[in-house]
Amino acid sequence: MQVPLSWYLVVAAALFCIGLYGVLSRRNAIGILMGVELMLNAVNVNLVAFWRYVDPLRAAMTGQVFAIIVITVAAAEAAVGLALIIAVYRNRRTVDVTQVDELKL
Amino acid sequence: MTIQHVVFIILSAIALIGALGVVLSRRLFRSAIFLVLSFVGVAGFYILLEAGLLAMIQLLIYVGAIAILIIFAIMLSRQAMVADDKVLNEQWAPGGLVAVLLLAALVYVLVQVNWQVVEGAVPPDSIQRLGQSLVSSNGFVLPFEVASVLLLVALVGAVIIAREK
Amino acid sequence: MTANFFFNLTWLIPLFPLAAFAIIVLWTNRNRLLSTWVAWIGIGLAWVLGWFIFWLAGTYAQHLTAPVSNYPVPLFSIPTGSTQLQVGFQVDTLTGLMLFMVPFVCLMIFIYSKGYMNYGTEAVDSRYSRFFAYISLFACGMLGLVVSDNLVTLFIFWELMGLCSYLLIGFWFEKKYADPNRITPKQAGLKAFLVTRIGDILMLSGMLLLYVQTGTLTFKEIFSPDVLHKLATTYAFGQVPWATVIAVLIFGGAVGKSAQFPLHVWLPDAMEGPTPVSALIHAATMVSAGVYLVARTFPLFVAVEGGTQLAVVAFIGAFTALFAGTIALAQNDIKRVLAYSTISQLGFMFAALGIGAYVAAVFHLIAHAFFKALLFMGSGSVIHGVEHGRHHTSPEGDLREHEGHSHQGREFDANDMMNMGGLLRRMPTTGWAFIAGALALTGIFPWAGFWSKDEILADAWNAFMHGTEFGVAKFWPIFVWAMLTLAALLTAFYTARLVFLTFAGRPRTEAAHRAPESVPSMTWPLIILAIFSTFLGFFGMPWASQFYNLLGKYGTILNEPIPHGEFNALVAGISLFVAVLGWFFGWLLYGRKPLAETVDPLEKPLGPVYALLKNRYYIDQLYQKVIVRPVIGLAGAAYAFDDRIVIDPLVDGVGRFGRWVSEALKKFVDNPIVDGAVNGVGRVTAWFGEFMRSTQTGQIQNYLLVAVVTVLLLMIMFLARS
Repeated sequence: MQVPLSWYLVVAAALFCIGLYGVLSRRNAIGILMGVELMLNAVNVNLVAFWRYVDPLRAAMTGQVFAIIVITVAAAEAAVGLALIIAVYRNRRTVDVTQVDELKL
Repeated sequence: MTIQHVVFIILSAIALIGALGVVLSRRLFRSAIFLVLSFVGVAGFYILLEAGLLAMIQLLIYVGAIAILIIFAIMLSRQAMVADDKVLNEQWAPGGLVAVLLLAALVYVLVQVNWQVVEGAVPPDSIQRLGQSLVSSNGFVLPFEVASVLLLVALVGAVIIAREK
Repeated sequence: MTANFFFNLTWLIPLFPLAAFAIIVLWTNRNRLLSTWVAWIGIGLAWVLGWFIFWLAGTYAQHLTAPVSNYPVPLFSIPTGSTQLQVGFQVDTLTGLMLFMVPFVCLMIFIYSKGYMNYGTEAVDSRYSRFFAYISLFACGMLGLVVSDNLVTLFIFWELMGLCSYLLIGFWFEKKYADPNRITPKQAGLKAFLVTRIGDILMLSGMLLLYVQTGTLTFKEIFSPDVLHKLATTYAFGQVPWATVIAVLIFGGAVGKSAQFPLHVWLPDAMEGPTPVSALIHAATMVSAGVYLVARTFPLFVAVEGGTQLAVVAFIGAFTALFAGTIALAQNDIKRVLAYSTISQLGFMFAALGIGAYVAAVFHLIAHAFFKALLFMGSGSVIHGVEHGRHHTSPEGDLREHEGHSHQGREFDANDMMNMGGLLRRMPTTGWAFIAGALALTGIFPWAGFWSKDEILADAWNAFMHGTEFGVAKFWPIFVWAMLTLAALLTAFYTARLVFLTFAGRPRTEAAHRAPESVPSMTWPLIILAIFSTFLGFFGMPWASQFYNLLGKYGTILNEPIPHGEFNALVAGISLFVAVLGWFFGWLLYGRKPLAETVDPLEKPLGPVYALLKNRYYIDQLYQKVIVRPVIGLAGAAYAFDDRIVIDPLVDGVGRFGRWVSEALKKFVDNPIVDGAVNGVGRVTAWFGEFMRSTQTGQIQNYLLVAVVTVLLLMIMFLARS
């Protein structure tokens, strides 16, 4: 454990913020989804880093379990999300989220 | 500066450059490739954090499934994406600003906190332990099962949603 | 004395006819029979009580003279600022005499009215009950006048009679004539009211001045020696004492009410009213109220020795007597002849008062009331008969051929004597009663008029010969005697003319030919009054004058007895001769060869003078031109000025101001503030809505950005705090 915990956390934060930028700023729905995946990854890194450095019950592998579950959820969400994107694409011929604003007043 | 530091730095460069590539690339396919690169970097992090199985799972699932899925989706919506299309929406500036500010705030906090690091080694049979805690009743069997249900639901849902009518 | 008990009931006398008025107006208006009886009972009670009081007053005359009298009796007082006006009634022999005459003559007229207003026939007057209500009210007025003890209530009753006179003269207010020069009853009523108003104003001025000078209006107090002395010696202006001024002003009221020159113009036109009204108002009562007034306030007139007030009275009286007599010669309307006769006879009374012949004046007043009422009622009976005759005639047959006069275009006038003739045969009761009245009027011995008129002339002659009363200048009695003797001649002449034209000869029209005698309710009063006219005079015979006993002996009005006028055979002889002469001339012109045509034989000889007389000296036209038209013009101008320059701008201004205010309000309050507020609320809401709407972009990235920003802000907040 020579690398300080804060380094990992900072990198995770950077990943998270980059992913956030992608979510907020990209037009393409798939691009947004990729940003979400980045954010989830950052979260995972955070979780594992904390497990390794801070968790006193390291032996229970809690951090890793958590990370596995997150990965699972990310997979499910990516599947459904992409299915939605394809459905929308079929209907609208676009994947540009700015074109999909039915809820606009 | 030990070798861990150097590896860490290299790995974080890979991850971050990959991430940047995802969000900044004009072409979607390249974004997907950069995403894969970022995933690999994160997997490296896991290895460095002595979470070997997790690193493998990361590679398998994220790179092998999710990234592939994304690439499939990109392929399927290819006609819509042309290189000279607009990449960013109208609020990219505030979005960027917010991200930067958030990063600044987070870094500011993270650097200052005195983390209560608990020294200790990872047990050698970590993989067994991981497997056991996933399915043991005083472990995380419930989240495990729920997650599996979730996967089932997502599977069904995705099929239905993406079905040809 | 129980007499006192009855005297104290005197104030009830006017209330009986007043109650009758109220009852008829409120309850019995629809029922003619009931109204008639209510009115008869009202006046009947007044008559009974009146005669009783009269008898008592006569019996106890000594106790009723001013210094020792218990009367007047105050009834109540009217607060007038710092003082009180005492109102009450009084009884003395003058009041008693009036109470003898007024209710009885009124009763006769009331009975007569039933027949005159055609009760029980199909021609019954549509406002029959109202007539009886009015005459009852009028009777109340006259009776109230004679029992008043002060000038205020006297004036109030005076005005009440003026009102009733107006109402009664204009009783047939809807009557219109084709001839525009002929005055309609409505106009006549107005004329009467307005002309007497002039007199009333003079009288009121006199009353006000009197009040200012003496602080009281009660007779007893005014006529106390001190007050009279004060009035006689304090001067209004120059050498003229207050007593003179006040007396002349009050006489002004009498001039108006009793139709003396120059305010005589209303009386002849008042003949447009029904004949009972003429009899009541213009013979018996209202016109004699003027004489009564002067008689009652006589102490004022004699307060100043040789004062001008008596001279004024004497002059106007004598002048009017002659003046009216001349006009009567040329009138064809039977009632107008009688009207001018009334004016003339009233002149006799005022002339008598003017030379101090107090007893003679009152005697003539009483006697005149009886025979004048008789003559008017008789003329009414004649007119009635001619009208009935007309209705039973074919429309063509009522106008015969005439030479000279043509009646084309004129309506048939039942009052016109030229349409009468030979009525003595057709209406004997009326005729002979009428003749009795005529004989009384002209002063033929032994009818009543002889005695009363002669006494005036005798007093005048005696005053001239042996010295006047009350310091009157010697000129006046002889002036009066001369004028009145001449007037007596004229009286006899025109009366004879009237009698012969109406009753003698042959009927000049179909209507006259068929005229029936009147109903008993009309003829009985005539008979009764004829009896009075014949025998009343005997009570005034100079050597045994009951009038003198009542009025002069004990000093009823003045605080000392009046000297007794003596019988003067010379004067009596002259006056009788003059009367007979007048009858002779009348017979000569109208009776000897009863008039077959309708041309008056006087017309040609008198020429232009006749026209002057017939048109009443053109005084009416003169008044119309000089007074009436300018006044109406002035009123019109004032109205136009007021309306256009005062009222219209004011009203328009108010209107414009209102509109300006409302427009200003709209511009500065309603639009900016109210509308602004209301619209502003709307606009703010809309703007806010638009604003809020803009957040709903439908783009999820926007929502997400907001959420992240919020989290960031929270983070920064927490960080800043720590």
